[in-house]
Amino acid sequence: MLEIINLHAGVQGNEILKGIDLKVNVGEVHAIMGPNGSGKSTLAQVLAGRESFAITEGRVLYEGRDLLARAPEDRARQGLFMAFQYPVEIPGVTNTYFLKSGLNAIRKHRGLEELDAIEFLQLAKERAKLVDMDESLLNRPINHGFSGGEKKRNEIFQMAVLEPKLAILDETDSGLDIDALRIVANGINKLRRKDNAIILVTHYQRILNYVVPDFVHVLIDGQIVHSGGKELALELEERGYDWVRDDAEKAIVSS
Amino acid sequence: MIETVERKSKSISTGIDWYLSSFRLFEESLNGKAASQIHSIRKDALARFAALGFPTTKNEEWKYTDISPLTKYHFKPMLKYSLEGLTARDVEQFTFHNLPSFRVVCVNGHFSEQLSTLSGLPHDVRIESLTDMLQSDSDIIREYLGKFVSYENDTFIALNTAFLHDGVFISIPNNTILKIPIHMIFISMESDSEFVSHPRSLIVTGKNAQVSILESYVNLTDRTYFTNTVSEIVLGENAVLEHNRVQLESTRAFHIATIQTQQERNSNFTANSLIFGGSLVRNNLNSVLDGEGAECTLNGLYLGTGSQLIDNHTTIDHAKPHCPSHELYKGILSGKSKGVFNGKIKVRKDAQKTDAKQTNKNLILSDDASIDTKPQLEIFANDVKCTHGATIGQLDEDAIFYLRSRGVSLEKARDILIYAFASDVIDRIKIEALREQLHEIIHDRLERERQ
Repeated sequence: MLEIINLHAGVQGNEILKGIDLKVNVGEVHAIMGPNGSGKSTLAQVLAGRESFAITEGRVLYEGRDLLARAPEDRARQGLFMAFQYPVEIPGVTNTYFLKSGLNAIRKHRGLEELDAIEFLQLAKERAKLVDMDESLLNRPINHGFSGGEKKRNEIFQMAVLEPKLAILDETDSGLDIDALRIVANGINKLRRKDNAIILVTHYQRILNYVVPDFVHVLIDGQIVHSGGKELALELEERGYDWVRDDAEKAIVSS
Repeated sequence: MIETVERKSKSISTGIDWYLSSFRLFEESLNGKAASQIHSIRKDALARFAALGFPTTKNEEWKYTDISPLTKYHFKPMLKYSLEGLTARDVEQFTFHNLPSFRVVCVNGHFSEQLSTLSGLPHDVRIESLTDMLQSDSDIIREYLGKFVSYENDTFIALNTAFLHDGVFISIPNNTILKIPIHMIFISMESDSEFVSHPRSLIVTGKNAQVSILESYVNLTDRTYFTNTVSEIVLGENAVLEHNRVQLESTRAFHIATIQTQQERNSNFTANSLIFGGSLVRNNLNSVLDGEGAECTLNGLYLGTGSQLIDNHTTIDHAKPHCPSHELYKGILSGKSKGVFNGKIKVRKDAQKTDAKQTNKNLILSDDASIDTKPQLEIFANDVKCTHGATIGQLDEDAIFYLRSRGVSLEKARDILIYAFASDVIDRIKIEALREQLHEIIHDRLERERQ
């Protein structure tokens, strides 16, 4: 589904991603872990099409086709979704109005009929239940005056409405208390299917207790230095990142 | 070709003369009715106009607005009422489908009885042609016309007053609440030459009266034209008046407007100024809070596209104590358009407990668009609350990306955010049909700009 090949990207001449290779197949959940500043969020944003990052080398194939040349909205229409680490507050635009525009653009692209306001509201209410989101938030301006937890739920709610094929969740767990984390994780699990894939970008192991990944990758200084199964997350939690970093350096020296 | 150039260069120095000679034509057209009291006011105003001349950018009040393009034209004065085949059907396009209203139509500044629909109007509410009122020389005209608006120091008010002949007179008597709004439609139309009209309105609301007014400035012409309008609005004690103004002049129009309001005790005035049209636009909105507890709210939205220049000058004169005023003007400027906002708040010595709040926010959509914004506070009382703030910003890139990442196109994302920026002004408008129309207008204008 997704193939990242030697991806280099940065901002204003500063290289942040220094050759990422990653393959994600349909039905898989991948966790990307790493310390602060390792490039996790940059990777998520580059995949979603953030234009402030310059891609200097490498390729990304999504469903076998070049992803990087496409506009963010085209990526969304082709089934890619990113839950933002810091969801943007947009006063003056209601949650439902904007999400209906997005969903209908996606549906149109998929050859489905557009939903009218009533049909959309029905769907939205039903999906809001997945993340225990208060219905009153649907008609509030996007993320405006939402608590941190409400913003994160709103991201997963949007994912539930848009039904992406590939969802990249950028630190959706950060800043959540344990109850909110359970609710959000539960929502993600309900959206996990055989015909989609999820990339969980996270700083903490905790969410992986609830959303169990098939693969765990460690991103340090713009490179994936170690990959393994779900048990790798526990090891990272126990031993920190230094041993992976040391191992990686040794590997470079010995080669 | 050479001839045209010569004529234009000559007209720079003779800008005033052109109007003086137009005035002689105007006098002739009055057919001997030039002996009235009103005509001496006209002549006095004309003399003032000639003495003042057209303001230049050296004049502080016109610092950012160069009106020299306006002075180069020889606008034909539209002295006679003529429909030139215009029918009620043609007017339909300027009305709101879901909005019942008493309709007043003015064609080139002349009140059209034929096109106006005033049936069902309560018998004591008067909506009439100003010409008829001038001829009847009634007390109400003598009491109010020109009383609060002064042409002493204003070229364009002087010019409007010199050519004062027709327009709209509205009177809402004491204790009358008009539930249906009055929609005034000012149509500019002429195909033969460049032309000017000087519409004048006088709106007098009595004690405890309540009315909602909607003014549309529209056109049916490809010609360059000039609308020079003056409205006088008087609010009696405890009266409530909402004044919505939708300016949709053509891209070739010059539009200069003065609205002067006078508020008595506990009256409440709201202005929603929605400015979209015109190549060179200057709005002067002056409100005098002349009774304790009077309140005024000035909301403005201006959208500049192409090379439009839109200048809004507002003055709120707190003359008496305990008066709140609220002002929110928002500008969206794209292309090479230019905006000017000058908000003056005057608090006189006796106007204690004044509570004035002024905000001007601007959204700049292109590198070539610009705004000059200036608050101007003149405070002579000591127990007052006055706040003002101005911002100039661009569309938030993070917000655009957020919307796009959910499948919304770049253009639609920009539209959504622009509309969101305007929404807090639009949401204050009580007439739903107007709010809906604004959505379309903004969308259409920005769409056109992109092409």
